[in-house]
Parts: sequence; structure tokens; C-alpha cells
Amino acid sequence: MAVLNEEQSMLRDAAKSWTQEKSPVTAFRKMRDSGVEIGYDAAAWNEMAEMGWAGVIIPEEYGGSDFGYLSMGLILEELGRTLTASPLLASGLGAASALVLGGSDAQKSAWLPKIAEGAAVGALAVDEGAHHAPDKVALAATKSGAGYSLSGAKSFVLEGLAANVLIVSARTSGKPGDKDGITLFVVPADAKGVSRKRLSLADNRGAANISFDKVEVGADAVLGEVDKGYPILEKVLDRARAGISAEMLGAAVQAFEVTLDYLKVRVQFGQVIGSFQALQHRAAKMFTDLELARSAVEAALAAIDADTPDVPELVSLAKAKMGDVFHLVSNEMVQMHGGIGMTDAHDAGFYLKRARACEAAYGSQSYHRDRYARIQGY
Amino acid sequence: MADFGGGDLEAFRGEARTWIETNFPAELKGKANPMMREEAFKPSAAQEAWRIAMGEKGWGVPTWPAAYGGGGLSPAEGRVVQQELGRAGAYNPIGGMGVMMFGPTLLEYGTEEQKKEHIPKIVRSELQWCQGFSEPGAGSDLASLQTKAEDKGDHYLINGQKVWTSGAQYADWCFCLVRTDTSKKHEGISFVLFSMHQPGVEVRPIPLIAGNSPFCEVFFTDAKAEKKNLVGPLNGGWSIAKRLLQHERSGLTGAGGGFGMGRSLTDLAKAYVGLDSQGRIADPDLRTRITMLEIEGRSFQQTAVRAMLESKGNSGPSAATSIMKNAGTQWMQARAELTLEIMGHQGLGWEGDDFNAEEQGAVRSWLFGKAFTIYGVSQEVQSNIISKRILGLPDLTQNN
Repeated sequence: MAVLNEEQSMLRDAAKSWTQEKSPVTAFRKMRDSGVEIGYDAAAWNEMAEMGWAGVIIPEEYGGSDFGYLSMGLILEELGRTLTASPLLASGLGAASALVLGGSDAQKSAWLPKIAEGAAVGALAVDEGAHHAPDKVALAATKSGAGYSLSGAKSFVLEGLAANVLIVSARTSGKPGDKDGITLFVVPADAKGVSRKRLSLADNRGAANISFDKVEVGADAVLGEVDKGYPILEKVLDRARAGISAEMLGAAVQAFEVTLDYLKVRVQFGQVIGSFQALQHRAAKMFTDLELARSAVEAALAAIDADTPDVPELVSLAKAKMGDVFHLVSNEMVQMHGGIGMTDAHDAGFYLKRARACEAAYGSQSYHRDRYARIQGY
Repeated sequence: MADFGGGDLEAFRGEARTWIETNFPAELKGKANPMMREEAFKPSAAQEAWRIAMGEKGWGVPTWPAAYGGGGLSPAEGRVVQQELGRAGAYNPIGGMGVMMFGPTLLEYGTEEQKKEHIPKIVRSELQWCQGFSEPGAGSDLASLQTKAEDKGDHYLINGQKVWTSGAQYADWCFCLVRTDTSKKHEGISFVLFSMHQPGVEVRPIPLIAGNSPFCEVFFTDAKAEKKNLVGPLNGGWSIAKRLLQHERSGLTGAGGGFGMGRSLTDLAKAYVGLDSQGRIADPDLRTRITMLEIEGRSFQQTAVRAMLESKGNSGPSAATSIMKNAGTQWMQARAELTLEIMGHQGLGWEGDDFNAEEQGAVRSWLFGKAFTIYGVSQEVQSNIISKRILGLPDLTQNN
């Protein structure tokens, strides 16, 4: 655990007690069983917003607290422990970062206060295929009168069904794979021509495919500069990647602790199975990996707050390491629980499914290893 | 020794700087420390003068008590001495096992008489110590050691064998674990000191897979230890040994020395494997594994930084420290393996001018590095320690 200031300690403690009391894993199970379409509990989200969590990275002049990304990471880590599903990552971190980093005054005024108070949900509509590839943008934005007409499709948009506003990457010149020629747009989700389809995914969170059919937006919908959206998009995505890594850290630590508790109570061959060295050494390995991953995740969040030039490599390092570790721990959780871990009644399956969904989001381990190597020049 | 406790640290810094400027021989500036006696050497006049000066000042061990010749400085002042030595390009000539392991332990457990006799010689690096712990039948299960010490009135008579005794061929004294009660395991071990220069002690160096090594076998045939050199109570040596091993392990984490060695793997890969048209390492499988190792290494460094900050900032020591031995040593071994693979056949050069120094160093380091996960505490025993002490799992090995 990083060394925290007083504000951060309070925020972490508040997030810890709220998730333990109000949003344990049973709440996630209840949400899943209810089949609620948006993929989260709206009442719980309101409580989170009332505590100010949606505004943690938003400047005070737009209704936020401007506590920064390490603070946001502390909350996401606690939420991750109990698998709490909420738009905090997509909206309070993802969409909010896009508006803070690249938005015009008008765009910020229009959306940031609403996002900060949880009245509006924002989402990042970036990927168009089965793999994260932010430069493979085909969705076209063509000049139309004083503005633009958007046509194309976005896939696997986290909180895409609940979103009120979408940050959309579109192509204004060049071809898919070019980093130049990408423009970001702020598009109200209820704009004419936007249609959304809920995706039923194994992790039961709210993701959607979104199609754009000649969606007309004004020139004032452009976030940043025309054709020059990619550098901002990368900064936004790095914040989302660090944020989801914090969520993964919390979930992985919890999965490990639950498994460790089980090793201490499950008796076979007349002794607790945690007395077997074959399991002890695997537990020690997981503990070791979790400590390394925590360091990487906290270093990435701290670098974002300090705005250092090594943010991209530290974020890719953290997402790659955290992905590997959550992958391992979620598999071991099922294996070490044995048959009970295979049942739907047990929580192990939830952690396993969440792990893979988080690994794929905003770039898998292989994506980030490749990116890390490129940044390092090899 | 002046008392700087609570005084002005900057004033002390000025004093330290002046003293080093006056006493450190200019010809040694920037030179490596020659005093780590893993091989025989004859010190130059300047080297000898510098050792004597630092030994008399006590600044080789700046925070040890002045009563036994140590620097008597506060930890903050001790750091100033280190910084000023670094600034002057001066190595610390006072070192070895006496400083790293035995001295701190004797200061804690020794009698006044023992401290007065042995500590000043360590402070001045007048003699070298070796550690008589491991035996052929007592490695990870150290407490099963069999080297026997019989009570002969004013001395103990020692018979048995030690192994992996680093630097025994150059050592003057040995701190040694011996069995004084065969009816008990941990409670039958005593901690004794004796001279290596006596007829009953025979030392044989052990060539390793990497070639020559600092390790030796040591045979005791009616060797003698005077009774005044029993440290702690009779049959009470095990807890002293455990404390001493803590000092040893803290020096073996790989947190410092392992990193920053030689060229980076990516530079080696560029040289030996080449780049593709996009500027990537031409072998994509190798590129991925290099990247994974780099990520692992950096997360290890980040953890070292975090553990340090946490031990200062939060309450209590950081749990992260328990992982450092295994994570650090396994990383170093993986790096050595990958270095060899990158170099291909050139990485297997043993000697001769077909292979450059970097290549020959790589193969020796790779082989010697296999010891990292065995010595100090093996990675398996360290995993047991994490399981028991950190994770609270039951201990079936009955160790410690």
C-alpha cells in the first residue's frame, strides 16, 4: 500500500467500509440474477456519486474534488475487491479524463458537473473489433454542413447501454491503422442515428455494441483538434488502463485472501489442505506476484498524478503485470477450491470471469508487452 | 570520538569531508574495494594506509559503539559518512563477514569480554572471519548439524565437517555452530568461536560448475575452542544463529547488486539477434520474453522503493520485504539464462580469445547464479517462511 496522505486515507477507508457493508459480492450476484440491462445497481451508483467518487479526478470548478488518479485508484481497488459493478471507471475516470484533458470550456461545462454528481454517465467508444486497437478506427466522420456526419460501429463499449454521452473516436482522414486522421467527438447517446445493442458477456457487466448511422453533430462536438485526436486518446486510455488495473488489483487480492482462508479450513487426509507444501508454495508465489503487481499499479497511478513523461511505459508495465497476476490468481482460486469453486453458488467463478474481461479491456497483456517494447525502442 | 548526537548534521558533514580529504589516498580514488578477500591479495601501501586510517577512526562501521572502536555515530551521521565517501570516490575498506554478519550478532549476544576482544579487530579489518554453519547433511535443515564439541574443562574439542564455508582459505577465525547435546535438535546447538590457524583445521577449496569459487570444505579433527569463546548459553546457539541469518539474508536480496549489470538485454539482443524492418528485435518470441523479464525487473525495483517508503511512512514494516529474496534471485537467474540465449553459441565460451570478456562473464555468471536460490536460504525454505509467517499457513517442517 502506497504511503497515503490524509485525504487519501479517508477516501480509502470510506470506500472500504461502504463496499464491505453496502456492496459485498452478494450485491453483485443479486444484480446479475436480476438481469438488469445496464449491468449495475442504479441505487448503489447514486450512493457512490453522493459520496463524491464520480468527481475525484474532475476539477473543483466543474464540481469535482480534483483528488487525482491515485485517489481514484484506491476507490476502484476497494470496489474491485467485492466486484462492485458501476460506471465509475467508464464515466468518472474514462469519459471525465477525455473531457478534462481535451474538452472545450463549453464541453466541460456541459458534461463534467453532471458526470461529477453522477447525473450523467459517460463512456469511451473506442474499439471496433474483438481486440483493443485504438488506431484501427474505421468509423467515418465526414463534413456535413457546418458539422460532421458519423457512420460506423463501436464494439464492447463499457457502460455503453447506460451512457448519456459518448466519447467517440472517428476517422476524418487516412485509413484504419493510421494514428493521424483520428478525431474525437462528444456525442450525446440519444442523438439521432445512434443505436445500441446490449452484449451478454460472461462477466455480466454493462457492455454494448453501438452503431452510428449518419449521426449529425456540430463542429463544436469535436474534442481537441480535427485529425489530431490520437495523442489525447492515448492519454485518456492510459488513465483508463491504470484505473482498471487498480480494480484488478483489488479483485485479485480479494480472490487470493478468500482462497487463503479456504486453505486454512478445508480438511482432507486429516489435516487442513493449507498444510500441504504443494499448495503453500503456490500461495507464496501468488503473494509475491501480488506485491510486485501492487507496486507497478501504484507507480503508474502516481506517475499520472505527477504527469511524468514515462506514464505510457509505466501504465503498460502495470496493465501487463497486473493482467498476468490476476489471470494466475483467478485460475488458482478455482483450482484450490476444488469442486465447490466450479459451482455457480460460489464466488470463484465471478472472479475468474471478471479477470478475463478486465484483461481484455483497454489492451491485453500481449498488447501492453508489445507497446512497452516499442516505447523502449525494441 | 566527538559526540554529534542531535547536533548540526551539516557541521558534521563538513568535518567528515575534511577528514576524508585528509586521509584518503588520492591514488585510490574511484578504485574498487580490494579488501573483499575472496582471493589472496597483497595490499599496496596506500590501501593498507587507508584501511588503518578508517579502522582507527571507526567509520567503516560508523554506527557501532565507540566503546569497541566503532564510529559511535547516529544512523543519520552514518549516512553522511557513506555519502561523503561516495562523493570522494572512496571505498569503505572495512568489510567482510565480520562486519556484515558476525559483528552485529556479537554486539547483541556477546559478553563484555568477548566484545572487547573481537569487535575492535573487526572494526579495523585486521582479521577475516568465516561462517561454519552448513554441513554435508545439514543444508536447508541446518539444525540437523552434527559437528561435535566435547567439554574438556577449559576448552571444547571439535570434530566434524563444514561445507560451503565462504572464504575459509583466507579466514583467520571461524564463528561456528556445533552440537553440544545429541539428545535434542535445536536445543543441542552452541555457538563457538575459534582460530582457523591451528593443527586440527583443514581447508579444501571447492571448484564449482562456474570454475574457481570462494567456497570451501572445512574438516575439524580435535580442533580446540576456548570456553571463553562460547557465545550465549551452552545449547543456546540456535536463536543466535537465526539472528545472524537475518543479517545474512538482508544482504542477499539482490535488491542492489543484481541490477544495472553490464549492457541491457535489449542492447545485447540488438547486437546478437538484430532488428526487423520495423525496428523490433528480430526474434519475436525472444522479444516477448525479454519484455516480460524487463517488466518483472522493474516491478521488483518499484517494490524495493515502495517497501522503503512504507517502512518510513506507514506504521510497521512492509510485508513486501518478505518477497524480495525469491523475486530478486529468480529474476537474476532468468536474466542470466536469457543473456546466454541471446548470445547463442558465443554465450557458451569458457575461455580463450574466441570469446570476449562479456561473453565469458555471461557463462560464469549464469553458472554461479544457480547458487542464488540455494544459499542464504533456499527459495523453497523462503516460500515456507512466507507461508508460515506472512500467510499464516501451518508449518509441517518443524523448523525455527
